[in-house]
Amino acid sequence: MVLVEAIILSVLAASTPLLLAATGELVTERAGVLNLGVEGMMIVGAACGFAGAWMSGSIVVGALCGIVAGMLMSLIFAFMTLGLAVNQVATGLALTILGIGLSGLIGARFVGERITTAPKLSVPGLSDIPLVGRILFGEDAFVYLSLALIIAVWWFLYRTRAGLVLRACGDNHVSAHALGYPVLRIRLLAVLFGGGCAGLAGAYLPLAYTPFFIPGMTAGRGWIALALVVFASWRPGRLVIGAYLFGAVTILQLHAQGAGVGIPSQVMSALPYLATVIVLVLLSRARTGGSTAPAALGTVFVPDR
Amino acid sequence: MMKRLLGAAAALVLAGSIAGAAHAADKLKVGFIYLGPIGDLGWTYQHELGRQALVKELGDKIETTYLENVPEGPDSERAIEQLVRAGNKLIFTTSFGYMDPTLKVAKKYPNVHFEHATGYKRDKNMSTYSGRWYQGRYIQGQIAAKMSKAGVLGYIGSFPIPEVVSGINATMLGAQSINPNIKVKIIWVNTWFDPGKEADAAKALLDQGADIIMQHTDSPAAMQVAAERGKLAFGQDSEMIKFGPKAQLTSILDTWGPYYIARVKAELDGTWKSEDTWGGLDSKMFEMAPYTNMPDDVKKLAEETQAAITSGKLHPFKCPIVAQDGKEVECKGGDHLADGQILGMNFYVKGVDDKLPGK
Repeated sequence: MVLVEAIILSVLAASTPLLLAATGELVTERAGVLNLGVEGMMIVGAACGFAGAWMSGSIVVGALCGIVAGMLMSLIFAFMTLGLAVNQVATGLALTILGIGLSGLIGARFVGERITTAPKLSVPGLSDIPLVGRILFGEDAFVYLSLALIIAVWWFLYRTRAGLVLRACGDNHVSAHALGYPVLRIRLLAVLFGGGCAGLAGAYLPLAYTPFFIPGMTAGRGWIALALVVFASWRPGRLVIGAYLFGAVTILQLHAQGAGVGIPSQVMSALPYLATVIVLVLLSRARTGGSTAPAALGTVFVPDR
Repeated sequence: MMKRLLGAAAALVLAGSIAGAAHAADKLKVGFIYLGPIGDLGWTYQHELGRQALVKELGDKIETTYLENVPEGPDSERAIEQLVRAGNKLIFTTSFGYMDPTLKVAKKYPNVHFEHATGYKRDKNMSTYSGRWYQGRYIQGQIAAKMSKAGVLGYIGSFPIPEVVSGINATMLGAQSINPNIKVKIIWVNTWFDPGKEADAAKALLDQGADIIMQHTDSPAAMQVAAERGKLAFGQDSEMIKFGPKAQLTSILDTWGPYYIARVKAELDGTWKSEDTWGGLDSKMFEMAPYTNMPDDVKKLAEETQAAITSGKLHPFKCPIVAQDGKEVECKGGDHLADGQILGMNFYVKGVDDKLPGK
């Protein structure tokens, strides 16, 4: 039973950066903007997050630095795609290349430095409950923050007027514009939110997951976050399931190898991706018709007046 | 795939930017191709230290250039060719995956000399160089067997290629020389570098009862996990004691500097010729980091083993070697396995309780 608890704790840690980054991208895409630069925003968030925490000695300051860095990166993207109406796919890819280079530059000074990790929470009485205590109350704050954030996003998208307007911008920007909504301003806010989330997801890596900075330490997690949004068919509930499923399969395959289950490791490493594809197929079969993607996703919008 | 494409694009941008700096004095130009960023704290970092040692020693006679983050495979060919066009006369390509691209460029430019790390293809103007890291792993195996209370070692593998497999075998042979019943749990992460995944693998191994972490991946993440949990670990490629002051037992340190200096000197003297260098502890191609966090008798044992391997008295793959299936391996190198058998090793020795992927 102790092993089960250990596995669940590892899964929580491995899934959190994916969930955070994917939450931001979900909101961005729901507003109709496809930002493929998640990996770039994440890695800059990781570098700045570590830098902030190292200089200030505070994890909170580090996390804030990561968020701001991610937002600044997304601001570049917003300027290009919303301001100048440049192709979103190309800009997003360029943003990733820029981010990888920039993070190396920012982080060069901090390679080899160490910080203490984000503290594990401790709620008197609750964290000590056998089996569930550490899982529900004893991880670092990022884990619970990421869950709170996705619940907030769900509430915002489906239960508030502003959320409805944001979805309208993503589904039909011409109509939203005709109704008098400031499409570009709403999209700007969505892009900034996505950047902030990606920055925080990146900062999670050096602040809580592996407490040091190394160039390229995101190792493709930004791309996985992008895939998760599609996997979730742009719905917050499914996003949580997807992120934890992905984390769980990743961790379980490591444990299966350690326990000597006789399946080739290459197959097991491919399992998380295989699971993603299978779920996508199941979802598309179960769907009752019509695409679930925001209809205006990835298209530029230039107001006519 | 996307990441590779982007990396390639980045490499091209980089490659383009150095081409302009071609015309300087008539110093010998020496180029380096790196796999990762120079700040990776592992493989590429050690090559960069080697380059810096080279500049320190011969800086007045040579001019060096490096390209970092060059992805392995066909794309690297363009990066290597850029270095040639920029006037580099001696080019070191520092990862296995540059083998065929280096060979291709070498055939195209017979007057330029190439040095490829860890490969096996050579030409008139292309040498290879590598380290006998299995020697260090044998020593680590002995230390691990002495230090493990559970008798279970945790091993994080990158890819099941001969270099890594021979490392696991050398570790086990060393460990079995101390404790014949030692067990090893192996997790392949199928990547050289993903700090998060390496940390998760280390956690999984510790959760399953291993109490010593050994790794053949590049980041210090696993060391940090061991340190956090009060367990012991070995570093990889470079000094990682900063990440586990109370955890690191030792680390195999790649020390390329002496080799780079020797080869560049040969180039300057006009005595450079194509060679196959596979340096061990005796040639200083790598060193062992100080033996730390262990009692004096274990330290003494490690030092004695190191001395015996260095002097050639002890060979980690001394015959008879029994494979996992219980059959004795043919002994082609006299009283030990031949170099070719170690370089192409694709079997586990007896006592490894795991199935080799792809077998």
